[in-house]
Amino acid sequence: MSDSTALLSAQRVTYRYPGGSSDALRDVSLEIRPGAFQAVLGPNGSGKTTLLRVALGLVTPSEGTADIAGRPAPAWSRRELAQVVGVVAQREDNLFPQRVRETVSLGRYPHLSLWGAEQPADRAAVTRALERCDALSLEDRWIWTLSGGEYQRVRLARALAQEPRLLVLDEPTASLDVRHEMQLFELVRALVDRHGLAVLMITHHVNLAARFADRVLLLADGRTAAEGAPGSVLTREMVERVFAWPVAIEPFDGRPQMIPLRQPKESA
Amino acid sequence: MRRWLGLVALVVVALATAVLLGPAHVPLGELASSDIVRTLRVPRAILALLVGGSLAVAGASLQALVRNPLADPFLLGLSGGAGLGAVLAIALRLSGPWALPLAAFAGALGAMALVYRLGLAGGGGRGAQLDPRVLLLAGVAVGAFAGAITTAIVSLAEATDLRNAFLWLWGGLSGASWQTVLVVAVYIPVPLVVLYAAARPLDLLALGEEPATHLGADVEPLKRRVYVAASLLTAVAVAVSGVIGFVGLIVPHIARLVWGHRHRALFPAAFLGGGALLLFADTAARVAVAPRELPVGIVTALVGVPLFALLLRRWAGGVARP
Repeated sequence: MSDSTALLSAQRVTYRYPGGSSDALRDVSLEIRPGAFQAVLGPNGSGKTTLLRVALGLVTPSEGTADIAGRPAPAWSRRELAQVVGVVAQREDNLFPQRVRETVSLGRYPHLSLWGAEQPADRAAVTRALERCDALSLEDRWIWTLSGGEYQRVRLARALAQEPRLLVLDEPTASLDVRHEMQLFELVRALVDRHGLAVLMITHHVNLAARFADRVLLLADGRTAAEGAPGSVLTREMVERVFAWPVAIEPFDGRPQMIPLRQPKESA
Repeated sequence: MRRWLGLVALVVVALATAVLLGPAHVPLGELASSDIVRTLRVPRAILALLVGGSLAVAGASLQALVRNPLADPFLLGLSGGAGLGAVLAIALRLSGPWALPLAAFAGALGAMALVYRLGLAGGGGRGAQLDPRVLLLAGVAVGAFAGAITTAIVSLAEATDLRNAFLWLWGGLSGASWQTVLVVAVYIPVPLVVLYAAARPLDLLALGEEPATHLGADVEPLKRRVYVAASLLTAVAVAVSGVIGFVGLIVPHIARLVWGHRHRALFPAAFLGGGALLLFADTAARVAVAPRELPVGIVTALVGVPLFALLLRRWAGGVARP
C-alpha cells in the first residue's frame, strides 16, 4: 500500500440512531493519512463519538462510505481491524483483578492464533509498548493502584501493543490534571513524530488540540463546522458560534489559543 | 507447575477416597474384584468428577459472560427448568432408567431457550444483541416461574413421590452407572472445547463489550456461543445428578485466587477443582449418615456457604477487589 492511501476515510457519512428523531451525523467527511495527528472537537452531543463508531465500522451509515486502509470498514473482521487500528475507548471496566503487564498483553489478542500460545515476539511487543508509554516501571502493579494518569498511559500501551498504524483516542484526558494531560498529549505527539503513527483524537481541549494536532475537525450538531489546520479552523467567530460562548483567540507558539470570556453583562 | 501438580494430586486423592470409602466395608485386597467397587463406586466417582468439573467450568464462563463474579450456573433459570421436568417425570410416573434425566434435560433446555430469547434485547430480529444483564434477570424470572409450577405439582403429589422429587431437587449421584458415565463423557467434550476456544476473547470481555470489540473480539457471536455451551454443560449435569449448588460459584473463585483470571488456565483448573470438590462432597454424602445418604447438594451448600462468606469478606476487605 502506498503512503498516499488514507488510513481512515469517511466520505459524506450520515447516521441516525435507531429511534432517533434527527441525524446524529450529517454529511461529515474525514480523512487521516499516515503520520497525521487529527483532532475532533465539538460541544457535547455534536456527534464526535458517533463519527468514531461509523468510521470504525461499528455502525453502518445510512449514507456515505467509511473505508479503512482502502477497504470498506464493514468488510474488515474485528480481528483484522484490531491489527491496524488501536482504540483507547472512553470507558472500560475491570471485572477481575489484573496487573499492568497482563492488561497490556491483551493488546496482542488480534495477533495470536486460536490455540497458539504467546510467543517471545508478543512479549517483546508488550515490553516495547510499555517503554514507549513510560510505563515499564509499572508492569507489576495492580491496575487499581494506579493514578488516573498512569492508568491512561497503561491503556495507551495496550493499544500500542496491538502494533496498529492508526491510534484512536476518545477523550483520553478527561479527569486528568494539567501535568498528566500535557504528558499524554506530548506522548501521543511523540508517537506520531517518531514512529509515524496516525492519530485520531476526540477531545474537549480546544487549546491542547490546537497546539498538538496537525488538523482539526470541528463538529456542531452532527455537521462539519470547519476542518483544516488549527490556525484556520479556530477563529473567534467559528469557536463562538460552535460552542455558543464568547471567547478571545490569542496566538501562542504559532497556534491559536482560546480564552473563554466571562458572561457578558446585560447591556442597558 | 507446582500448583498444577498439587491440583492433580488433589483429584487423585479425591478419587481414591471415593473408591475406598463407602457404607459397605470392602477390604483393600478385594478392591479390584469387588462388585460394589466396580459397578457402583468407580462409575459414581468418575461421574462426580465430570459433573463437578462441568459445573465449575460453566460457572467460570457464565461469570465472565454476565460480567458478574457472583453468577452461578443455576442462576440463569436452568435448575428451575430441570426441576420442573424431573418433577413432572416423577408425578407422571414415567418409567425407565432414562426417563428422569431426559425429562430434566428437556426442562433445562426449555428454560435455556426461553431465557436466551428473553435475553435478546431488541427482539429476535437481525441486529438483536444478547444483553447479559437482561439474561440474568430473565434467568431469575424463568427460574421462579418454573419453581412455582414445580411446587404446585409437588404439593398435589403423593408422599413418596414428594420425597423423591424433593431429594432429586437437592442433587445426588446415586443414579450413576457406567452408562451414565459414558453418555456424559461423550457429551461434555463438545461444550468444553467450545468454551476453551472462547477463553481468550472472554479475557477481553472483562474490559467491557466495546473495548473487547476494539481489541478484535467478535462479541455478539462470542456471547451466544458461551451462553449455549455453558448452559448445555449445566443441563447435562443437572440431568444426571440434580441441582448441585455452589460448585459452579465457589470453585471458579478459588481457582482465580490461585491461577488468576485468564480463562486459558482458569478453565482447566476449575474443571479439576470442581471435580475434586464434588468427589469429596459425594463421599461425605455417602458416608456421613450411612447406610442412608444425604443429597450431595446439601453437602456442597454446607461447605460452600461458609467458603462463600469468607470470599465475600476478602472482597469487602479489598484483598480480591475487582
